[in-house]
Amino acid sequence: MADAPAKPFSIKRQTGFGFIALCCFVLLYTPILILVFYSFNAGTSIAIWEGFSWRWYEAAWQNERVVDASITSLKIAASAAFLATLCATLAALATTRTEPYRGITAIYAAINQPLMVPEIVTAVALLIFFAMIKVYTGYQGLAYLIIAHTAFCIPFAYLPIRARLENMDLSLERAAADLYANPWQTFRHVTLPLMAPGILAGAMLAFVISLDDVVITEFVKSGGQDTLPTYMLGQLRRIITPEINAISTVFLAISVAVVTVFFLLNRKGSSSS
Amino acid sequence: MTDTVPASQQSSTSGADAGVAARKADIRSRWMLASPALTVIFFAALGPLLIMLVYSFLQKGSYGGIVWSFSLDGWFNVFLKRDIFDDTLGFADGHLSIFWRSLRLSFGTTVLALLLGFPTAYYIATRPANLRPVFLFLITIPFWTNLLIRTFAIMEVIRNEGVVNTLLMSLGVISSPIQMLFTDFAIMLGMVYVYLPLMVLPLYASMERLDFRLVEAGYDLYATRMGVLRRIIVPMVKPGIIAGSILVFVPSLGAYVTPRVLGGGKNMMLGNLIELQFGQGRNWPLGAALSITLLVIVMVALLFYVRNASKSGVKSHG
Repeated sequence: MADAPAKPFSIKRQTGFGFIALCCFVLLYTPILILVFYSFNAGTSIAIWEGFSWRWYEAAWQNERVVDASITSLKIAASAAFLATLCATLAALATTRTEPYRGITAIYAAINQPLMVPEIVTAVALLIFFAMIKVYTGYQGLAYLIIAHTAFCIPFAYLPIRARLENMDLSLERAAADLYANPWQTFRHVTLPLMAPGILAGAMLAFVISLDDVVITEFVKSGGQDTLPTYMLGQLRRIITPEINAISTVFLAISVAVVTVFFLLNRKGSSSS
Repeated sequence: MTDTVPASQQSSTSGADAGVAARKADIRSRWMLASPALTVIFFAALGPLLIMLVYSFLQKGSYGGIVWSFSLDGWFNVFLKRDIFDDTLGFADGHLSIFWRSLRLSFGTTVLALLLGFPTAYYIATRPANLRPVFLFLITIPFWTNLLIRTFAIMEVIRNEGVVNTLLMSLGVISSPIQMLFTDFAIMLGMVYVYLPLMVLPLYASMERLDFRLVEAGYDLYATRMGVLRRIIVPMVKPGIIAGSILVFVPSLGAYVTPRVLGGGKNMMLGNLIELQFGQGRNWPLGAALSITLLVIVMVALLFYVRNASKSGVKSHG
C-alpha cells in the first residue's frame, strides 16, 4: 500500500509500449540523422568522422551533372504540380457538394487509380506506351515525364482540395447568386478564395511527390533526362562519398520545409472552418 | 434522392421538368470539370495498363519489344519453362523462388511493422490530446521525405564500412564486419523502415476512438494487463490492424527501389524481376504478364481493404 500513490494505476498503460514507441522514433530518425551528420565530414568516409567541413556541399554545387539533374527535377516537379493541381481542382469541384450521380464512383476510382497500382507496374506500362509514341513521333522531350508525373500527382493534389471543399457549404455561393453575381463571378470572388488553402496544400503535396519519384522516372526518361533521384540511384554502383549525403541533406531539407508548411496550412484550414 | 421526391410531387409538372433539366445540365458540367483529370489519367496510367495487357499476349521480339502475333508464351513463362534440350515443360524455379521471396519478405515486413507499430500507435493515442499531433507529425515527416534517400540512409548504416560495423569493430565486439547489406535481412529492415508510418497511421486512427470505459470494465472484472490487451483492445482495433497490414503489405510486394539498393543483384523481388524482363531479359510479354500478375495480387489485397473499411464504417455508425 505504501508505494501505491507513487505509481498510480493507469488503465491506459501497457507495459513496455512506451519503450517500443521510443525505439520506433529512434529507428525512424537515427539513420537520417547519421546521413545528415556525415554530409559535413571533412574526410571521404561516410562512417569515420574527420572533422567539420562544407567541402561536399561545394563539390555537389560544382558537379555539373548534379546541377543539371536538379534543374530537370525542378522543371518537372513545377510543371507536374501545376497541371495536377489544375486537374485536381476541377475534379474536386466536379465531385463534391452534390447528390451522388451516375458515374461519380467511376470518377473517384479513376482519380485514385495511380495510388492503387504498384509503381513498378505503371512504370513498365508507361515504358511500353511511350516507346510506341517515340517511334511514331520521334519526340524525345520532357513532356513524357511531365505527363507521367502529372497523372500520379493528381490523387495527392485532389485529397486536400476535396477535403477543403467538403467543409464549405453552399450558403455563401447562394448569397452571391442572390446578389446577381453570375456563376463566373461567384466562382472567382467567393468559391476560389475559400478553396485557396486547399489548392495550395494540394500543389505542395504534388510538388513533393513529383520531386521524390524514382521508379516511374527511371523507366520513362530518355537519355540525358536524369532527375536528382535517378542520378543518385545511378551513383549506387560507384564508391560512395559524402557528396551523396550532402545532396540528400539539401533534398531532405526542401521536403521537410514544404511538408511542414503543408501541415501548418492544413491545421489553420481545419480550425477556421 | 428520396428527399427530392415529395418536393417534385408538390410542384407542377413543368417545374419538375425544369428541375430535371437543371440537374442534367449540372451533371453534364460536372463531367466536363472532371474530364481533364480523367484524360491525363487515362493517357498516362490507365490506358498504358490496357496496352500492357495486350502485350502480354504477343510474341517477344528478339531484341526487346514485341512481334504482333498472338502467343501465350508470356503467360506460360510466368510459372513454367521449356527445357532447351528436350522441350519438356517444368516449373520456372527461378521465378517461383522470387515470387516466394517477395511474399515471404512482404509478410515478414508486415509482421515486424505491426509489432513495432501497434505499441507506438497505442502510446501516441494515450498521450494528452495536445501532444498527439506532435507525435503524429514526427511519424509522418519521414513518410513524406524521399524513399530513395531513406533507403540510402539504411544502406550507409549497415554496409561493411558503415556506422554499425565500424562502431562494433572499434569496440572490439567483432573482428571483421558482419555482412548485412545485400541480404534478405537488409531488404526487410529497409521495407520496415520506409513503410512503418503506413502501419502506425491507420492503427492510430482506430485507437484514437477506443472506448476506455470497456478497458476499465475489464480491470474491474480482474483482468490482467495482458488479458485486457488481448481480449478488449486488440479486438476493438482490429479494423486498424487489418488496414495497416494491407497498407504495408501492398507496397512491400511491389517494392523496387528498396530491394535494388539493399538486396544487390542477387536478392531480387518481383519488381526487380519485372524490370529485368524489360532490360537484359528482353522478354516484354513475360514482363507484361508478370506485371499483371502482381497487379492482380495487389488488387485482391486492396479489395479486402475496401471491404474491411466499409464494414468498420458501418459498425461505427451503429
